[in-house]
Amino acid sequence: MPGFLGWLQAGPGRVARIGSGLSVADHLGACLARWGVNRMNFLVPPGLYAIGQPTPEAPVLVTANYQMSYDLVRRALAGRDVWLLVLETFGINVWCAAGKGTFGTEELVRRIELSGLAGVVSHRRLILPILGAPGVAAHEVKKRSGFSVVYATIRADDLPEYLDNGQVSTPAMRELTFNWYDRLVLIPVEGVLALKSVAPAGAAVYLAALLLGGAAVAGSALIAYLGAVFTGIVVAPLLLPLVPVRSFAVKGALCGLLYSACLYAVAGGAQWSRPVALAAFLALPAISSHHALNFTGCSTYTSRSGVKKEMRLGLPAMGCALVAALALVVAAAFS
Amino acid sequence: MKGFKYLKDVATLELDRSLCIGCGRCLEVCPHQVFRMQDQRAQLAEKDACMECGACALNCPVAALRVDAGVGCASGLINEWLRARKVPGFGGGGCG
Repeated sequence: MPGFLGWLQAGPGRVARIGSGLSVADHLGACLARWGVNRMNFLVPPGLYAIGQPTPEAPVLVTANYQMSYDLVRRALAGRDVWLLVLETFGINVWCAAGKGTFGTEELVRRIELSGLAGVVSHRRLILPILGAPGVAAHEVKKRSGFSVVYATIRADDLPEYLDNGQVSTPAMRELTFNWYDRLVLIPVEGVLALKSVAPAGAAVYLAALLLGGAAVAGSALIAYLGAVFTGIVVAPLLLPLVPVRSFAVKGALCGLLYSACLYAVAGGAQWSRPVALAAFLALPAISSHHALNFTGCSTYTSRSGVKKEMRLGLPAMGCALVAALALVVAAAFS
Repeated sequence: MKGFKYLKDVATLELDRSLCIGCGRCLEVCPHQVFRMQDQRAQLAEKDACMECGACALNCPVAALRVDAGVGCASGLINEWLRARKVPGFGGGGCG
């Protein structure tokens, strides 16, 4: 397993000791996972681990068995003597696993028993990440295992300060953020996941334009389409707080309109026929809007009810825009 | 959340203050500071900031909180919708 140093005699058995340094392979694995490569198999065995030389009084921290989660936590705990209980979340990060319930009460109680934690530590207190709370009912865990749960911080990087602060969370440790770097690192995997739908849709755009207007038109249409996809997947998420509306679909549509205007200016829009120009201004923002709406899954603040509302209003609007655009270009080609 | 606001008046979060025992667990688990303690009972201070993760309702020992919890993710909702209608070929996907 990553970071393995040796075995530590603890309680009735032995516990794997792990280091806090990340190897080149760990960094490379994280980088590839960000691009969707081997992402679902980037995991470590669940169970109890020792960082440093923890005593029975040392704190117990809990995390998921996605290797990126495990690596972030062990790196943050460099130079500490603590126990790390890794739950079986099937290689999914804490927050998403909590949403699914795999980082949950059942697994936590089970893992406490399987690891023999009660025989290793003398106290009965577990430190959990705040974003694990959607899956864990603290009072249930207490009832069933005897261990009390405290939710400490959102970010692993705040754990040293939390431990030094007498295990008391500050307001900053409890507050979610979504800065430009947080958003940037999420974009590659979004792009890779989108390929599944973008590749066939791009092929369809190319073929349709080829039939209606010939090879040169087909190339331009494909580039225009891919630009709208890029606007929705990359530009809209990066500009997220700068676009002055709340809805992700509208944010995407506004970015798409801006993109359409740029395309019109750069790609000689003045020579386009009026129906084609109108079709571009209808279809391209709709495509950007669709991909921007998908970014709700990456965001740290959208609600289920909100996304439902956006889909209820947004998907028909996008559909109408696409149908109208198609009708315009078909009518123009045959007139 | 600083710099970000999602749609108004959509969150399904409800708090029955008469049941609240003031343990503060909802304040501890909420990553968007939706709750505030008032007269030793929790109060909804920023309902529009709720992302419906369900952490507060799940961790409330007296079930004073209710929310239609789930993930605020468009492709997740589409998959859920397709699964519910048993459209073949859709069992997972998305974020895994």
